[in-house]
Amino acid sequence: MEKLLEVKDLAVSFQTFFGEVEAVRGVSFHVNKGETVALVGESGCGKSVTASSIMQLLPMPPAFYKRGQILFEGEDIVQKSEKEMQKIRGNKISMIFQDPMTSLNPTMRIGNQIVEGLIKHQKLSKTEAEKKAIEMLNLVSVPQPEKRIRQYPHEFSGGMRQRAMIALAMVSNPELLIADEPTTALDVTVQAQILDLMKQIQDKLGTSIILITHDLGVVADMCDRVIVMYGGQLMEEGTVYEIFKNPKHPYTRKLLGSVPRLDMSRSEMLHSIEGTPPDLYKPPKGCPFYDRCDEAMIICKDHMPQRDYHTDTHYSCCWLNHPMAKGVAEGSEA
Amino acid sequence: MTKYILKRFTMAIVTIWAIITITFFLMHSVPGNPFATESRKIPENIMENLMKKYGLDKPKSEQYMMYLKNIARFDFGESMKSNTETVNEMIARGFPVSAHLGVQAILIALILGPALGAIAALYQNKTPDYISMIISIIGVSVPSFVMGSFLIQFVARNVDWLPIGGWGEFRHTILPSFALAMMPLAQFARLMRSSMLEVLNQDYIKTAKSKGITRTAVIMKHAVRNAILPIVSMLGTTISNLVAGSFVIEKIFGIPGLGMFFTTSVFNRDYTLIMGVTVFYAMVLITMMLLVDIAYMLIDPRIRLTKEGR
Amino acid sequence: MEQVTYTKDMFKKAPKDSRNAEQIKRPTIKYWADVWRRLKLNKLAMVGLIILILMGIMSLIGPGLSGHNYYEQDYSQVNVRPNNEFWFGTDELGRDLFSRVWLGTRYSLLIGIAAALIDFGIGVIYGGIAGMASRKVDAVMMRIAEVVYSIPYMLVVVLISVVFSTAGSGTSMFVLILAMTITGWVPMANLVRGQVLQLKESEYSLASESLGATSGWILKKHIIPNTLGPILVNVTLTIPRAIFSEATLSFMGLGLQPPSPSLGTLANDGLAVMPIGLFYQILIPSIFISLIMFSFNVLGDGLRDALDPRLRK
Repeated sequence: MEKLLEVKDLAVSFQTFFGEVEAVRGVSFHVNKGETVALVGESGCGKSVTASSIMQLLPMPPAFYKRGQILFEGEDIVQKSEKEMQKIRGNKISMIFQDPMTSLNPTMRIGNQIVEGLIKHQKLSKTEAEKKAIEMLNLVSVPQPEKRIRQYPHEFSGGMRQRAMIALAMVSNPELLIADEPTTALDVTVQAQILDLMKQIQDKLGTSIILITHDLGVVADMCDRVIVMYGGQLMEEGTVYEIFKNPKHPYTRKLLGSVPRLDMSRSEMLHSIEGTPPDLYKPPKGCPFYDRCDEAMIICKDHMPQRDYHTDTHYSCCWLNHPMAKGVAEGSEA
Repeated sequence: MTKYILKRFTMAIVTIWAIITITFFLMHSVPGNPFATESRKIPENIMENLMKKYGLDKPKSEQYMMYLKNIARFDFGESMKSNTETVNEMIARGFPVSAHLGVQAILIALILGPALGAIAALYQNKTPDYISMIISIIGVSVPSFVMGSFLIQFVARNVDWLPIGGWGEFRHTILPSFALAMMPLAQFARLMRSSMLEVLNQDYIKTAKSKGITRTAVIMKHAVRNAILPIVSMLGTTISNLVAGSFVIEKIFGIPGLGMFFTTSVFNRDYTLIMGVTVFYAMVLITMMLLVDIAYMLIDPRIRLTKEGR
Repeated sequence: MEQVTYTKDMFKKAPKDSRNAEQIKRPTIKYWADVWRRLKLNKLAMVGLIILILMGIMSLIGPGLSGHNYYEQDYSQVNVRPNNEFWFGTDELGRDLFSRVWLGTRYSLLIGIAAALIDFGIGVIYGGIAGMASRKVDAVMMRIAEVVYSIPYMLVVVLISVVFSTAGSGTSMFVLILAMTITGWVPMANLVRGQVLQLKESEYSLASESLGATSGWILKKHIIPNTLGPILVNVTLTIPRAIFSEATLSFMGLGLQPPSPSLGTLANDGLAVMPIGLFYQILIPSIFISLIMFSFNVLGDGLRDALDPRLRK
């Protein structure tokens, strides 16, 4: 399959008053054409920073690319100038943000917000662009789009706004859509609708999607592959089937254990993950999950494990994979 | 929306009435006789005539009702000290001058202030930020009379074309307008900077950037448009403060505006003129504030809807 | 990547106590200590604070330093430019400007601080009552405040000063302060009410209430510390406004009763002699007023920034 996006050893830091915060510390992954990849992790694990850095949307300073490459269609985004980025943003890569209540300009009509990028990228006239905006709103099931494009965001409900955001992001038919927790701020019933919608549009337009979320239920529903992120690093990656059936990293197992399932018996407990993620102001030398891991070993404290491939598509970074760990750690069934 | 405007209008009327009432009773509680001067004694029969002429022989309540009636007809009465002009005539002569000066000052402040603040925000913690913040901190720290007298001393005395005072041509208006504009300009700049910084951190700016439009478009269409709203809402208070500034500026530059008349009337204890000018100013200012409120409503689409329900 | 030689020991289970799941590595700092730390980092605010402290001290001892008192008129020494004997020169009546300027600073600061404190007192009481009271009472109280506030500030100040001062002889300190506070308390009341309402319904008050905290505890632990910041900033910014108003009044001949000087009356006197080339007489009080306004403004700004933990960087 053709790789659309390839991130190689990306590290992004923030310069703050207390010193450097290493939000993303050497992350590598890729996204194929037409597939949906989930980037999963708790808040503060660096997933949103990774996503924003793909579009150079981080405020710089304080943020800066420390090392690595982001290859999009073979070209390195890290090296691109602001002008070059403007040609990519909203044209080849689009983004949907978490909170639809705050991500639309309150003093601008919805229609104008949707067509703004279109007019620039495709050199359309205002009326042509507006026609496309109406089409797009129709596609995302906003009723009465001709009337709706004249309205302001506060006249839209949360779900409707997120639909408008999707229309805004998809109107120029981008290659890649980055959805940063697109359903977190919405009601549960609306969440499902929005996800369905994204899937439909993807089928129709063949867009690749990076879905950032902490909700594993969402992942199982619509993704092809899953990347698990923790403490600014990738812990495990695999197909949805591999991750859900055969999670290798203790963190992935814990994440899955904290999701309720219908087939759970009453006596089974929902597990919470004790403790908090590491503060990336002084990131740990070894495995970032060490402090919260039930199966942690002495080696984990100061040494970061490397990727161990279980199949072609499935790897995890954990010392438990090491041959010498066999039998030492309890509770880790193969 | 109509309901909201109606409510605001009623509030404005109530406020104006309150001001008239306060002014009336304050002025009539001044101890002593308004015609008494230290230098000469007024004969009793003349005094009686004077009292009659200004209606001061009637009971307070009757005088008050009469005053209200007159003001409803925009009749501010006669000056106690000037025999040649009524208060209305003085207002008609002075107000256009003051309004000219005020409008010019507000325009200067409205054009330069937000621009300065926006630049400061865009170059946060860089040289342009420091320069514009120095300008605005000087602006809010230096009272208009200091600014005025410094402009006379250092600019007007050295530039022949700029007069040190007087009124008549455009060049007479330049220095006083700037002296008057400095304070609101600086306030606008400071307000714009902070609201701009806040807006630039909003999610919708990120959305705008993610569309790939130019930086200029992001700033002008998305950031400035939203950041300027607090300035519009502050405009009413600013205009009101500008009037206070004009009292002083008109005195320094010798401009025959309403502020000058007011200052003189205060100095002369010309009670009817003080009352007239106070009430007139209050009416103008409150009308301005009402207009600003309505303008704000038209600019911010959110208000249009939320205020409608109430 | 470093080369590691693996030993069996390294793959033993790590002892639980060697791990600290709840650790927070960022240094934690107490609220007010943090405020002070951030204020200290703001050089401009510190400059303002130092200027104010120096001015405060000098306004107390300054008038006695020059060896001339502020009211003694010496007609042989009229309009003397600043020199060794008269450090700031003398005025039209031959009075020593050095002691007059420092005394003027004292009165101006006094008026400003008194006005701010009275605004603060009325505002806190009025706003607090409105915030705590029932919805109806609150609505009525706020309507009243709204009407009071839409009366143009300077007009009221002038009106009060005209009424309560005798013609040609200036205004007493009491009347000046009264005039400035008669509508000046409204912003403070609005601020306090807003804070009280917000905090009354805020989630952390609710949280501590649900944990069994009494309202006294909530007031002490949540409402007061959270309200104090904005109030402090407001007070800091009210003082220069009062000083500015006093100066404007002086310009209209409604300043402090002579021979007591304020910076405003001194500047007004200076303006009178400016046309005959005696610029120093308006220059010195002008600089003083501007310095005071500057210091309070930068200090107020600095405090506002320092008090806002969201700005913590």
